[in-house]
Amino acid sequence: MPLNTQPNFAEPGVRQRWAYTPGDAFYESLVAAHRGLTDSQSELLNARLIVLLGNHIGDLAVLREAMALARAGVVAHEVDSTIDPTL
Amino acid sequence: MLSTYTWPRYATRRAPELGARETRRVPLVIVGAGPVGLAAAIDAALRGLPVVVLDDDNTVSVGSRGVCYAKRTLEIFDRLGVGQRVVDKGVTWNVGRTFHGEREVFSFNLLPEAGHQRPGMVNLQQYHLEQYLVERAQQLEAIDLRWQHKLTQVTPGSDGVTLQIDTADGPYTLHADWLVAADGARSTVRRQMGLDVEGKVFQDRFLIADIVLDGEPFPLERTERRFWFAPRFHPGESALMHRQADDVWRLDFQLGWDADPEAEKDPERVRARVRAALDQQGFEHIGFELEWVSVYTFQCRRMERFRHGRVLFVGDSAHQVSPFGARGANSGVQDTDNLIWKLKLVIDGCAPASLLDSYSVERIAAADENLLNSTRSTDFMTPKSRAARVLRDAVLSLADEVPAGRALVNSGRLSVPTWLVDSALNTPDVDHFDGWMVPGAPMDDAPVRGPQGDGWLLRCLADSGNRFALLHFGRADEPTRRTAAELGLDLVALIDAAEPAPDALHDVKGLAARRYDARHGTCYLIRPDQHVAARWRRFDGAALRTALGRATGLAP
Repeated sequence: MPLNTQPNFAEPGVRQRWAYTPGDAFYESLVAAHRGLTDSQSELLNARLIVLLGNHIGDLAVLREAMALARAGVVAHEVDSTIDPTL
Repeated sequence: MLSTYTWPRYATRRAPELGARETRRVPLVIVGAGPVGLAAAIDAALRGLPVVVLDDDNTVSVGSRGVCYAKRTLEIFDRLGVGQRVVDKGVTWNVGRTFHGEREVFSFNLLPEAGHQRPGMVNLQQYHLEQYLVERAQQLEAIDLRWQHKLTQVTPGSDGVTLQIDTADGPYTLHADWLVAADGARSTVRRQMGLDVEGKVFQDRFLIADIVLDGEPFPLERTERRFWFAPRFHPGESALMHRQADDVWRLDFQLGWDADPEAEKDPERVRARVRAALDQQGFEHIGFELEWVSVYTFQCRRMERFRHGRVLFVGDSAHQVSPFGARGANSGVQDTDNLIWKLKLVIDGCAPASLLDSYSVERIAAADENLLNSTRSTDFMTPKSRAARVLRDAVLSLADEVPAGRALVNSGRLSVPTWLVDSALNTPDVDHFDGWMVPGAPMDDAPVRGPQGDGWLLRCLADSGNRFALLHFGRADEPTRRTAAELGLDLVALIDAAEPAPDALHDVKGLAARRYDARHGTCYLIRPDQHVAARWRRFDGAALRTALGRATGLAP
């Protein structure tokens, strides 16, 4: 099965009227998971999360495809990165 | 500044109660003649409730405040008699485009589906809307609109509220059986009653510049809302451009919490920001004048309950949200739409006062949904930590690569009505239905054709009296008609387009049947605020009677 790049968030058993709702809920939860952490703690949290989710997905072909897609974008966008290192 | 609009000055009148020996009792007083208070007053008057409206000013809102009026609000304005004026004067738009830097990452169409009378959103300066509402209110004899009558003291009692009011001619006292507080975020009524409104202040500042352009960036019929994350003209922050009536455009710049509000309002500084924003979009040839400038902060909070005995809080007095999503004025108007029919039933003795608790419960569900969505938008647009900003920028970088990234970009989830699915006024389904018109749903519109020609389903229901209605798919038989009449329901029978019946209302494109998952004989019990209360595959008089009792607070 190839990497799913279509919107895919859902809550089982919950019928959402608006397509954006489950994705927004995911985003909110992820930001909340970082609340109160230092930058290095946040980096560690992200890495732990990747390991857990990677294991859950399991399929190495899917994971390698995701890694390649993520990396390609980082290299392409490096020039106009808006991340302020002082924040 | 302010070249496109002349503020009306409304005459204040001497209160007849001045110097009276006995305190006059009136059934209903509304405090605040903003969009929400005026909508409440017009709704009350149209239902035959006399109402006194108090406002401490004598004109409409100064400066530009609310801008976007959503489809559901326009449908309510149609019922109040101002919808067409708002649509005619305002700017209709459906397409929103979102940029990251100079790349377009996302665009949405608010109304991809045809067959609705009203568009997804109309932009109009708040003062135009208020003026139309005032002029509509002035046509209605049941409305006693009192300008420059300032409420100073509120004394709640078990049978109503005693009000002290200051005027240029002196103070007077009025006793209101019911009081609706539509007096805004700094509500006098709320403070007089010592009630809290809980939530948080967002630590960010935003600059509003309303400008008049001397050229057309894009044709009126292809008007877009444009939103930028970190545009080159405003590095690191967000910006928004919106069209309003009379060639006035709204620009909104995120400034950050540390910005100096006074320095940011300096016209030269604002002009430079505006020029850069226009130039980067390729509008170097278009000149502009500043119409209005302000710097704002906002809060996301609500009261614990919207009903306190004989006092009902609506709009900003009850709840405040961030402006992202246009959920302020829209939700306030929807509050009054939920409240006034209930108040009318209670005042007439047709429903217990406890029906008004359902106003609080239902509109708290709506307020919480609005707070949730506007807070999520705010947190996406203005990340509060480095981790949050990295995540936000990761989503933006994925947005033009994969649909999954685009779906997470949140530049405001625009005002939509609330599905009141948990309301105690609903009768749960016993029959199977597909689609979204579940008990508690706000009604979907659909085109219809009747003896008077082409029209719209929602208007037909409103025109028949703003009461509870029975929407019946297919011809209603005699027992159905008789029961509906006995229960005081407006019966709206919608006939299949193919059936020859020149005197009937036809589901001309079959969209009503599709949207309501209706077959011949399906019927819906509709509330006066055009939410679904109950539905059946086949008419059942006893079930209808029970559902109506439930929807009016008479039965558990």
